[in-house]
Amino acid sequence: MIEFNEEQLQRYSRHILLADVGVEGQEKLCRAKVLIVGAGGLGAPVALYLAAAGVGTIGIADADSVEISNLQRQISHFHHNIGDAKVDSAREKILAINPEIKVNTYYEYLRADNIREIIRDYDFVVEGTDNFPTKFLVNDACIMEGIPFSHGGILRFDGQAMTVVPGKSACYRCVFREPPPPDAVPSCSQAGVLGAIAGMLGTIQAAEALKFITGAGELLTDTLLSFDARNMDFRKTRLHCQENCPICGKNPGIHELIDYEHGGCGIKSSKSVAA
Amino acid sequence: MHITVNGESKEFNQAEFSIADLLEEAEVDSPEMVSVQVNGSVIDRSHYADTTLKDDDEVDFLYFMGGGRR
Repeated sequence: MIEFNEEQLQRYSRHILLADVGVEGQEKLCRAKVLIVGAGGLGAPVALYLAAAGVGTIGIADADSVEISNLQRQISHFHHNIGDAKVDSAREKILAINPEIKVNTYYEYLRADNIREIIRDYDFVVEGTDNFPTKFLVNDACIMEGIPFSHGGILRFDGQAMTVVPGKSACYRCVFREPPPPDAVPSCSQAGVLGAIAGMLGTIQAAEALKFITGAGELLTDTLLSFDARNMDFRKTRLHCQENCPICGKNPGIHELIDYEHGGCGIKSSKSVAA
Repeated sequence: MHITVNGESKEFNQAEFSIADLLEEAEVDSPEMVSVQVNGSVIDRSHYADTTLKDDDEVDFLYFMGGGRR
């Protein structure tokens, strides 16, 4: 049991007051290890909220440096961080909020040959990358290692999230079998995104991580939550484990992790049917 | 024929209607960026043309969405 000191009791008092969290839940948070894959639009708010919540160990994996075009939405990176590694910029803000957090940084691309070893140390993974090869890699690695994760995607005014608990709920591949052809995928710089959408989706993912750790509420398992911020339409689509899923189905065809060819991100058009 | 598409009730005149037809009817520009679920089963992309829909089917278009890091 963790003996909280006076400062910690004050810092986490609003959690401790919550019946579904309490001292016990806060202890779980302080002992928890969460890995954030991608320190961009989604990973930035996730990092800040997990730090504020007192998640004991936060890992951040990202191979990019901060550019001025990131600052419109990637709120853990400030003007003075331009040119810094995103993982270092995010660590600086995490520790500025909460110096008690242990931060592990992975300034590298996650690939088939390094991801399992990295994620193995964590209780939960938040996937907020901009590309499908990494989304599928994170899904497959988490299924193989039995580590729950949150998927998040944003584009233009749209966002989507689902939580996967391996062996219990539908996985990303149950729904999206394999990456779309790279030539069908516009780059993020072409498609654009409303900055605050990253915060909306990132905080949903952070909430899922906190709920998983504390056991509070119901996760977005077997559920795809999607929203269109133009009219603030939120929709939950019920998902099901697919027997023919190539990674978590009855006769999975995937036994090794795959490094897919990298394309861009997102959808070309959702026109008359909202995503 | 009555089909629920992404939670919205829709009526179609056609008697025979495939997933490929529905994608066209709904003006989905990039079908390769959509995963289609019919009554809870995700349909293999190669079967969009030969999977016919029935009255009262529930269809969900689930869009690939990247975003975040860059």
